[in-house]
Amino acid sequence: MLLIECPYCGKRPELEFVYGGEAHIARPAAQMEVTPGQWAAYLYARSNERGVHAERWRHTRGCARFFNALRDTTTDQFLATYKIGAARPPAGPAQESP
Amino acid sequence: MKSFRTASGGLIDRARRLQFTFDGKLFHGFAGDTLASALLANGVHLLGRSFKYHRPRGILTAGSAEPNALVAVWRDAARYTPNLRATQVELYEGLQAESQNRWPTLACDVGTVNGLIAPFIPAGFYYKTFMWPRRFWKSLYEPLIRARAGLGRAPTAADPDRYASRYAHCDVLVVGAGPAGLAAARAAARAGARVILCDEQPQFGGSLLTDAQALIEARPAGVWVHETLAALEQNARVTLLPRSTAFGYFPHNLVGVNQKLADHLTLAPPHLPRERLWQVRAREVVLATGALERPLVFPGNDRPGIMLAGAARVYLQRYGVRCGSRAVIVAGCDAAYQAALDLHAAGVAIVAIADPRTSADGPWRQAARQAGLPSQERTTVLGTRGRLRVSAVRLGRIDANGTVSPGATVSCDLVLMSGGLTPSVHLFSQSRGRLLWDDTLQAFVPGAGAERERSAGACRGIYALAAAIEDGAAAGRAAAEVQRAALPMQHTTEAADGILGALPARKQPSAQKAFVDWQNDVTTGDLALATREGFRSIEHVKRYTTTGMATDQGKTSNLNALAIVSASLGKTIPEVGVTTFRMPYTPVSFGSMASRARGDLFDPVRKTPMHEWAQEHGAVFENVALWKRARYFPRAGEDMQRAVARECLAVRSHCGIFDASTLGKIEVVGRDAVTFMNRMYVNSWTKLAVGRTRYGLLLREDGFILDDGVVARTAAERFHVTTTTGGAAGVLALMEDYLQTEWSDLSVWLTSTTEQWAVIAVQGPAARKVLQPLIEDIDLAPDALPHMAVARGRICGVPLTLFRVSFTGELGFEVNVPADFGRAVWEAIYAAGQPHGMTAYGTETMHVLRAEKGYIIVGQDTDGTVTPDDVGLGWAIGQTKPDFVGMRSLARPAMRTAQRKQLVGLSSVDPQIVLEEGAQIIDTPGQHPPMRLIGHVSSSYRSAVLGRSIALALIAGGRARLGQTLYVPMPHGDVPVQVVPPVFYDPKGERLHG
Repeated sequence: MLLIECPYCGKRPELEFVYGGEAHIARPAAQMEVTPGQWAAYLYARSNERGVHAERWRHTRGCARFFNALRDTTTDQFLATYKIGAARPPAGPAQESP
Repeated sequence: MKSFRTASGGLIDRARRLQFTFDGKLFHGFAGDTLASALLANGVHLLGRSFKYHRPRGILTAGSAEPNALVAVWRDAARYTPNLRATQVELYEGLQAESQNRWPTLACDVGTVNGLIAPFIPAGFYYKTFMWPRRFWKSLYEPLIRARAGLGRAPTAADPDRYASRYAHCDVLVVGAGPAGLAAARAAARAGARVILCDEQPQFGGSLLTDAQALIEARPAGVWVHETLAALEQNARVTLLPRSTAFGYFPHNLVGVNQKLADHLTLAPPHLPRERLWQVRAREVVLATGALERPLVFPGNDRPGIMLAGAARVYLQRYGVRCGSRAVIVAGCDAAYQAALDLHAAGVAIVAIADPRTSADGPWRQAARQAGLPSQERTTVLGTRGRLRVSAVRLGRIDANGTVSPGATVSCDLVLMSGGLTPSVHLFSQSRGRLLWDDTLQAFVPGAGAERERSAGACRGIYALAAAIEDGAAAGRAAAEVQRAALPMQHTTEAADGILGALPARKQPSAQKAFVDWQNDVTTGDLALATREGFRSIEHVKRYTTTGMATDQGKTSNLNALAIVSASLGKTIPEVGVTTFRMPYTPVSFGSMASRARGDLFDPVRKTPMHEWAQEHGAVFENVALWKRARYFPRAGEDMQRAVARECLAVRSHCGIFDASTLGKIEVVGRDAVTFMNRMYVNSWTKLAVGRTRYGLLLREDGFILDDGVVARTAAERFHVTTTTGGAAGVLALMEDYLQTEWSDLSVWLTSTTEQWAVIAVQGPAARKVLQPLIEDIDLAPDALPHMAVARGRICGVPLTLFRVSFTGELGFEVNVPADFGRAVWEAIYAAGQPHGMTAYGTETMHVLRAEKGYIIVGQDTDGTVTPDDVGLGWAIGQTKPDFVGMRSLARPAMRTAQRKQLVGLSSVDPQIVLEEGAQIIDTPGQHPPMRLIGHVSSSYRSAVLGRSIALALIAGGRARLGQTLYVPMPHGDVPVQVVPPVFYDPKGERLHG
């Protein structure tokens, strides 16, 4: 079970969270203007990263807030967690454990 | 009966004599014994029969690596535990153990016949044998295999014991309380760390329990252990967990530790759980899991009386048990000579020491020579004799070019073997750490780690006692001070000491039985067969031969198997690689894993405020999401069909009362509530007046229906949104998602109020007459409260939100009262309704009534590929809105073709036939597979009011097919059906507005 640092509550066990898929996939603002290809990419295309992956988590059984995280998919180590709207931080070394 | 107990010595309590039985026979042992040591003390070596060939088997090890000595311990029908390792079962007064995998008795087992047909059942034989004829599989092969499969048997009654679980946090978790682990825990504790120290054994000390006379820090090991433990016990920041196996290493330094609390007691106090599962989240982990002794692979190496040399030392030094009278030692490493010396000193005759190595020397070997023990080098074992206990060993001479010639046959009752040590890297490997092959050590050792852990002592190849203690102390200090840098790998000066793989033999592997994996009966011949048949990957060889796949996880067999496979492939061991280590290290009971989550606590059950009333009135319940919902209320002699027909007719002709409390309810509140609702739902909410409701439809971004429900505007900036019962949590999560991540500029708050309201649906022509007298300040007249209106007031003196809505097609109201008043108001309405023929109805009737009206149920008539237009709800979409979830997807050409599956009604030509839900539909009869399927039945019921069956279906281009005859292929023939509009009853909707 992963240990996840909620940017609002601190470190909590994974069972308090719900995974929310890849982060930084913005909903097209003028959605009726986008091409079918762009729309399909928004709906379905995901990077499926092997390595550092920016992803959404929600502290559902806690503060209920969404936030973003950088996780190395090969090691399951979190490199950073950050609030929605914040820019993706540079991928540094893994976060300190508990 | 001859006793093999020494006169003195060991850690047993000779003052406490214990009585126990094995296969019904009475024996005696001492407190501190394991079942294995107590049986050995009584001269019993035959403990069980092997899995595949039913060969007699004894005790191989003295610990958790034991592959052979699996027994069942009986307390009562519910407390019957199979497959326990006798080497770990602590003796208690009155213990009742029995052997397994034998019939009728252990000494005379019919299954032995498998050994005779062994040439016909090599590795993978079932893949080849049970293929033809195909029809034999279900009727013959599978039942046969199932009857033969498995070890032991399950208890016959439910487990009555209590299992606890606990989360724990610490700075440093030390796994293993041998010399390195104790030193690590002491160093970490001295540095001020919060420490948890766990060990699978009842006593801490590990190998020091056997080597009590070794010197550590200028005192005997026994004293050192005692002093170290005393210091740890006094430290409030240290938790000591004996009988606690760290069985799994999970991400982010979570270690599963299973603690046995009661199995060693004759009568456990009632407050004590049987086991406790610890989930330890450690800042740093020190793995001090030690090393495992490897057996040697030679023909007939599995007879009772053949065991590991180190294990025999443990039985002697720790339990005061001589494992036999006349011992042959097969020495693949220097430590085997130590065992020979110890046993010799205890009065066991050492009749031969066979050392297969060509050139070997070591301090113990020299000491053995000085003591005059008869050792011969370049000597292998060609076979053994003895049916239920080894009686003789046939030795073989290995000449300079490796050829083996027959040697002497030596009679004995004990064979001790040792192939050297294998570092126990299971937990390290589970933590996703990378294993490195150490050529000097001839072993896999921990390489680059993936977690915040470090290995210390024998589990990373540091075997010498002083070095292991130093290594443990360094690891403990470093962990406490969180030095991430890897400790330098400091090897002992000793080079590799031991033998990997099979001993030199005279015959082909297939011509003899030299066991590699005792528990799964895998021989060198099986491994040779696998490589001959083309298996190259060690993972494939493992699965084909099942080597290392038994409950012992191949602790004693993996490295030998790997060496044999790599030799026969002509590759090096690191080239072939190692199989993956998986949890659990040793078996963990289901009771412990389930812990409290069983029975009523297995899964939460949600009950409505009216649940007990429904129960008292004979309701039959069904599960809807986590809720219990009343499905129907049968009266005496009624089955479901008759009860539902009665309930349906009552609603249509008089009135019915229905518990709708489980519907999801979400309050959407705030300055931007209208904007938010416009963006979430397909409908336009701008013009919805306060005090009015509207049917809301929610899509996913891909344009398909996700949920629906009535939405009321209860104030200018407040909506009361209802959802489906199962969709409530998902809809709220979706709303939160958009609100938090896409539209964080909107000022809106979302609150789940599902459980705050009891919802009582009152439906039917008499609904108004029943309700009006109970309601103080709302006029229910059609003009004052028209269909789809909502009003606040009081009913029976309690606050009321009253919806005039209908999911039945009848005049209908939904009474919302605070949940605590639910039952009282329900009873008041029910009583007031009796003169008007009011009937309670359940979800089944609700389904029939809504289907008669063609109202969809999301998830039944939709399946995640259905658009609003597909089910005739295109009218709900706000046409002038700039944006809503799913809007762009609905504009795709594929979402607008006429050939999409559309919701229609089906009338079977025979009105008595009720179609099966999920049945497929074809357009011409008499087809054979593969057929062109044009749709499926989504809802199907017997309609009481229409006196015939009705069905809803999704059919390609369905609305253009009205009037056509289609067919539903069923096993007994095609059922002709007519395509009709989906509204079967009151198509004009006049009753709704009554």
